[in-house]
This record gives sequence, structure tokens and C-alpha cells, in this order.
Amino acid sequence: MTAINAGRHRVQSARLREAINGYVFISPWVLGFLIFVIGPMIGLIWLSFQRWDLIGDPRAVGWRNYERLFSDRLFLKSMEVTIVYGLGRVPLGIFVALGTALLLNNRRIKFIGIWRTIYYMPVVLPPVAIALVWMWIYNPRYGILNSTIRQVFGVPGPRWLDDPTLVLPSLMIMAVWVAAGRNMIIYLSGLQGISSELYEASAIDGAGYWRQFWRITLPLLTPVIFFNLITGMIDTFKLFSQAYIMTEGGPRNQSLFFTYYLFQKGFEQYQMGYASAMAVVVFFIIMGLTLLVFRWSKAWVFYEGELTGSN
Amino acid sequence: MAANVALPAPARKNRLQEKVLSHLSVAAIYLILLLGAVLVFFPFAWTISTSLKSEQQTLEYPPTWIPDPVQWENYPNALTARPFGRYYVNTTIITTLSVIGQVISSAIVAYGFARFRFPGRGFMFLVVLSTLMIPFHILIIPRFILFRHLGWLDTFLPLIVPNFFGGAFSIFLLRQYFLTIPLDLDEAAKMDGASAFQIFLRIILPLARPALGAVAVFEFVSTWNDFLSPLIYLSSDRNYTVSIGLAAFRNDYFTAWHLFMAASAVAMLAPLVVFFLAQKYFISGVALTGSGGSKG
Repeated sequence: MTAINAGRHRVQSARLREAINGYVFISPWVLGFLIFVIGPMIGLIWLSFQRWDLIGDPRAVGWRNYERLFSDRLFLKSMEVTIVYGLGRVPLGIFVALGTALLLNNRRIKFIGIWRTIYYMPVVLPPVAIALVWMWIYNPRYGILNSTIRQVFGVPGPRWLDDPTLVLPSLMIMAVWVAAGRNMIIYLSGLQGISSELYEASAIDGAGYWRQFWRITLPLLTPVIFFNLITGMIDTFKLFSQAYIMTEGGPRNQSLFFTYYLFQKGFEQYQMGYASAMAVVVFFIIMGLTLLVFRWSKAWVFYEGELTGSN
Repeated sequence: MAANVALPAPARKNRLQEKVLSHLSVAAIYLILLLGAVLVFFPFAWTISTSLKSEQQTLEYPPTWIPDPVQWENYPNALTARPFGRYYVNTTIITTLSVIGQVISSAIVAYGFARFRFPGRGFMFLVVLSTLMIPFHILIIPRFILFRHLGWLDTFLPLIVPNFFGGAFSIFLLRQYFLTIPLDLDEAAKMDGASAFQIFLRIILPLARPALGAVAVFEFVSTWNDFLSPLIYLSSDRNYTVSIGLAAFRNDYFTAWHLFMAASAVAMLAPLVVFFLAQKYFISGVALTGSGGSKG
């Protein structure tokens, strides 16, 4: 009896030791999470009910910041601009990246490593430098784009970043140039993970390339597309340097991205309380959107685990 | 299965047709890929070309690709118009310390999640993953106030210190990788009397080099290129990073495109060099996130 008890005791203390070890190892993250995420979140909510310009003392104003928010035309504009941009840029990015990956995923295409390296390159560049380079390309008078248009077609080109309707498409093209390579690699690794048996089996059934694409490739890539959709959405809400460097939110506020407007309110006009209320509302919008996309994903994202019963 | 044995004549003809077609399609694919590569290179080439032109030549129509005369002095002129040397040193200090902090702390935390059973582990890992979905720009205001209270404004600390508490993305990537390392190795070391920390140092870390490399290069790029955080936290010129300096440089001169392009080219240099030296870590890291991310 005592031997069994001692044995159980030993097992228990080994479990306890393992748990303590686990907590010790993850403690840096727990600390960081409390200091840099939970703390600031509580601070953000508190600040959103204050009026504060950083100089005097914060003054409680109840829901006033929130009330102001819904009649702030610029805030509503910034939501519209951010969402419209995301709706254009995310699908465009998926299309370009997936298309390139499909082209590369061919046994007869050689030098995949070199193509990957070339396409990935823009991803590592500083956004500020990229912004300057593309401003110069898009320059309506002296830019290479409009000079070429004038040379080839004999007409002056559009004003790109200075044109209220073209500013967002121009920024989308630039963003795809930057990020397509990274997403292409993600798709490529997804494609390479699809077992060739599936293709062989369907080839025996007489399925052609497109049929295979719609029946096998695309369904098996939906988890990657879903991943791409979520990250693309979050990146859209982080957009800042383009607006700060290239457009200053213009023309006519057509590129007033949310983060840029938040920066203006907080760090140029020092309306800390109001800017915090903006951030709180956008936090809930992003949460809502993410939940919505997750819900929706159940209808179209396909997990191989569902088929084989394992995961 | 026995299709190759005896093909009737029409089928053989079909084969030939298919072969020609597929050769054509391979050629078409190469053409598209080449076009894509040209599109990727074009902004770089235009940057270099402009950076060596005289101001007059940048305003000429039609534009020319070859600078004439080649103005090498644009580079020293741009780099001394503002103290870019200083900015480079600052950015290097911030980035190096951030990478060290991020790799060490994330590896420790990932080891905790990968190798120990403890109550609440599943839930806490879920919290780690969910923080990936928050654009942290929404927290810039309270964080700014936090660092102001600490007296850290206009120092490198707000940019470096948070990296010593592990990053959600790095933890996720490393944990996935650690899980692929066989447990037998841990058990064997445990038999030999190794402590949990010794197993981490002597077995897990050496085997996880590819994943650690990926975390390091991703952190390098994101810190080196960060714009919003240094813009908010750094206020005096001598503390600027390359990105902030570049933005300020543009505000000094509105149309000196030859100089802007020279400074931009120099700003791109460090990340590009790191990329070419460590591309395998970038590529394998991205592939790892994609496949890992999709399994959620």
C-alpha cells in the first residue's frame, strides 16, 4: 500500500513539476501580454471616456467621444476608404499570387528557386522607400508612367495619386507589387502539398486541367486562401505609410486610411480621448469582420482532415 | 494502366498534338513569368537610374534610362543632406537588439507550449493566436502614454523592450517546428539527468535552426522597416531611424527626386543584403507559416 501511495505521489509531483516548468517557460509571454496588450486595452477603454490633450489632466466626458464619432464625416470617410481599399486589394492580391503560383507549379518550369527569389524581393523593402519610388513613378508630369503613356499614345496620362478616383487603385497596384511574392510562396507550398495521387486518379477519369483545378486544386487551397483573406484584412487596417508619405489622405480624403486618421487625431491634434474612442470602435469592427469571415469560411473552406478523419 | 503498350493510330496522333501544345504552353508560362520579373525589377532599375541623373535630366521629356552625365555625387549629397550615417547606426542598434530579444524570448515561450502539459495551456495558446488577429495600431495611444510614464520617449527602449516578451507570430512558428522534433530525444537526455532548460539549450535549439533563422529574418525586416512606431516615439533628429529620416528628407526638399532616389536606394540596401544572404530562411519561413496557418 505504502509503495503504491508513494508511487502515485511521485507521479503527482512529476506532473506538478512539469506544470511549473511550463508556466516558467511561458511567463515572458504572459508578462508581455499583460503589460503591452491587456494594460493598454484597459487604458484605451478608459481614455475613450476622457477628454485629454496630454498637457492638463484628463477630464471625464461620458459617452461624448462616441457620440461625436458617428457624426464625424471624416471618421466615416476613413472607414469607407479602408473598407473599399480592402475589398479591392485583397481579392486582387489573391488572384495575382495564386495565378503566379499556379504557373510555377509545373514540373516543366525550371529555376523555381530563382523565380521565387525575384518575386519575393519587394517584400523586404522599407515601405517609406517604396512609397517614394512609386510617387516618382506615378508623378503626373515627370513620372515614367505618364511619359510612356504620352510617348506611346500621344495623350497625357491621368493624375494617378492626385486623382480622387484613381488614388486607391494606384495604391492597390503598388501593394500587390510589394506583397504578391510572399503570398505566392504560401500558395506554392500549399500546391506542392497536394498529393499527386489525387490528380492521377482524376486523370484516369478523364478530367482535364480546368476540371482538376476546380475540383481538386482550388478546394484544397481554400485554407490558404482563407489565411490570406484574414491577413489581408488585418493589413488593410494597418495601412499608414502610404497615406503619410504619398497622399496625406487626399485628394479629397479619398485615401484617408483609418490608421492615418487615428495618427492625425492622436499625434497631430492631441485629441487622445477622441482618438481612443475611434480605436475602440474599430477594434469591435475588426472583431466583427473576423468573426463574420470565420463563420462564412465554414461554407467554403475545405479541410483535408474532414476527408480522412484525422487532422 | 497498359496505355503505353499498343496505341491505336488516332491516339498516337493525339499524343503528338498534346506534346506540341504543352511545349507551347510552357513557352507561354515562361513568357508570363519573365514579364512578371520585369515588372518586379522595373521600379528598382528606375530608382537606380534616377539616382544617378542630374536634376535637369530627371525632368526631361522623353525620359531616358541612361544617366548622362553620371552624377555619382548624388549619393554623398543625399547622404549628408541629413545624417543618414547616424540613422543607419541607430536602426542597426534597434534592429539587432530587437532580433536577439524576439528570438530568445519566443523560443523560450514556444518551448513551454510545445513540451509541457499544464492547466490552461490550450486556452493560452488560443490567446496567443488570437492576438495575431489584432492590428496593434489601435493600441498606439495607450502604449504611447505608457512609455511616456516610464520616461522612455525619444529613446530606443519602446522599440526594443517589447520584443523581449515574445511575439505571437514567432511563438506560433517556433512551436509548430518544435512539435516536429521527436520526443525520444528529450527522453534520452532526461535519462542522462538533463534539466528542462538543458534539453532546451542542447537539443531543441540546435535542431530548430531553420525556424529560429526564419523568426530572426522576419523580425529583422519588420523592425528595420517599421515606420509608425519610431515616428511616434522618436522626436530628436539624432535618434531617427532610416525610415523616419527618409520621410523627413522628403519634407526638406519637395522635388529633388534624384536625391530621394539615391537615399531610397541606400535605405533598401541593408534589407536586400540580408535577404540575399538569408533567402532560404525567408522562403522556408513563409512556406511554414502558410501550411501551419492553414491548419489553424
